[in-house]
Amino acid sequence: MTVTAAPAIMTDQEEPPRKAAKRRNPVRFGILTALLILLLLVVAPLLVVAVNAVKSPADYAGGGPLSLPTHLYWDGIVNFWNRVDFGTKLWNSFITSFTVAVLGVLLSILNAYALGIGRVKGRIWFLVFFLVANLLPQEVLVYPLYFLSKEVGIYDNLISIVIIFTVIQAAFGTYLLTSVYTEFPVELLDAAAVDGAGKWRTLWRIVVPVSMPTLGVLFTFFFIWTWNEFFLPLVFLISNDKQTVPVALGVLQGDRLMDATTTSASALIGILPAMLFFLIFQRTLTRGITAGAIK
Amino acid sequence: MAGTSKVSRGGYAVYLIPGVVLSVAIIVVPLVMTVYTSFTRWTGVGSPTWIGFDNYTRLFQDANFWASFGHIILLIIAMAVIPTFLGLVLAALLFDYIAKHFSNRWASFFRSGFYLPQVLPVAVTGIVWGWILHPSYGALNKILESIGLGGLAKNWLGDPKYALYSVMGVMIWFQLGYPIVMFMSGLQRINPELYEAADLDGATWWQRFRRITVYMIRPEFYVVLITTTIAALKIFGQVFVLTRGGPSNATLVPSYFAYKNFFEKAQVGYGSAISTVLTVLIIVLAIVFLRLQNRAERG
Repeated sequence: MTVTAAPAIMTDQEEPPRKAAKRRNPVRFGILTALLILLLLVVAPLLVVAVNAVKSPADYAGGGPLSLPTHLYWDGIVNFWNRVDFGTKLWNSFITSFTVAVLGVLLSILNAYALGIGRVKGRIWFLVFFLVANLLPQEVLVYPLYFLSKEVGIYDNLISIVIIFTVIQAAFGTYLLTSVYTEFPVELLDAAAVDGAGKWRTLWRIVVPVSMPTLGVLFTFFFIWTWNEFFLPLVFLISNDKQTVPVALGVLQGDRLMDATTTSASALIGILPAMLFFLIFQRTLTRGITAGAIK
Repeated sequence: MAGTSKVSRGGYAVYLIPGVVLSVAIIVVPLVMTVYTSFTRWTGVGSPTWIGFDNYTRLFQDANFWASFGHIILLIIAMAVIPTFLGLVLAALLFDYIAKHFSNRWASFFRSGFYLPQVLPVAVTGIVWGWILHPSYGALNKILESIGLGGLAKNWLGDPKYALYSVMGVMIWFQLGYPIVMFMSGLQRINPELYEAADLDGATWWQRFRRITVYMIRPEFYVVLITTTIAALKIFGQVFVLTRGGPSNATLVPSYFAYKNFFEKAQVGYGSAISTVLTVLIIVLAIVFLRLQNRAERG
């Protein structure tokens, strides 16, 4: 795969000169309208959820899912929040995602330093290994991990999830970062060597600061990916106070207590953190999605 | 080592130690254990009994196994094929038409909007759609009724006839943004002079799309196709939340099939065989794709 690190940067190129008169009006606005309708269809489910999350059950029974709420009704959200102790789930999700992102980036740095800059023997085979590790479905790892984590006593503990995802995310990170470090400017390394810096110092004083933008992309990815993970947390975090947001919401589906407004309330509070990350990280993300892709 | 003006290439191996130790513990050992377990009968307690290829012969005669892989083919259409081609047209439209005739702001606005479903946790998309498609209180049926099309209302996820198609629809919605973002970034590499030359030659939009756009972003095309296909093979979360593989296995997929055997039926050996087959399939597919990609890039 021609995976390289240089993230294709989405620059806003300069506005091309308007070729006015040419193809004007009907076609232009027809296409714009068609795209807007398509966009509305894509966003509609989220809007419907938001509208119904702030409706009282009576309001919903009267007006159905499409009417605007007669008044803002927050009880559905508040009740759901309290019932599932959503604050705890948010914290669990945050602390695991954050720790995985930090540790995953660190592990990727160490691996990539050895493979990309150190070019240790057999580096191709290490890279193949990390590539294959990326491809593996989690199903092929889950049962032994479940079994082993019980043996060492970290089953149903956030630590198990942190360790597993650190390694899984670092497999991707190593792959990506190695190709960045392979093209790391040799002059910088030479200069550090001349100054008498050892490998350890060179890594932290030169390599890491220079590659900060890529590390930022990796951190963002690891955080969001871990936040969104469902399968392994579902298996490993079974007690209520250990669950992450996706697991807590996922297992409630089909619950008898979930009526229409409660369901949309639950969906809304699941959507909001993700939207928040989207807004915060948007620039890094659009840059990063294309990272690791193309030469 | 010190004092040489060239960077020494020795002594870096020590930096690999944590990565190797952890990868062995979390990836290699479990992988080997699963493959071994696939040749045994095991309930998860006590010790496994070696039964050779019995799990595999059973697997290839199991209608559910074939059904789950059949469903995957439809899901590849929904998650890889349709989003890739639709995304290609949309990306070209946004890049080459909207950005030009309106502004880059509009193009980025559409790009972000289409990408939105991708940032939601899969479990949450499952909840959103599970509610919209719910037979009694779901928004879709209510909408159909309110516009006088009540006859079209269905038990979207509960009727074996429609469940898989409903899941496919949800997955198209979910995936569409990824190819758009990838392709739009690929399009940035194209020299605008190519388009201008085509314009001078009087090429239509469609001709330019086929001859320039599609041709130039082949690398992105392969990356998108391979990653989305593999994602389809691995799909678990949405199926778990939307249908749990039901009704009557109409939406069963390999990963959920394995999960059921591991954690509901305590048939760990059989579950391991399913996972192993899935893994082999993914790796073979990845190799085939990489070969195709290499050939396309040389050709």
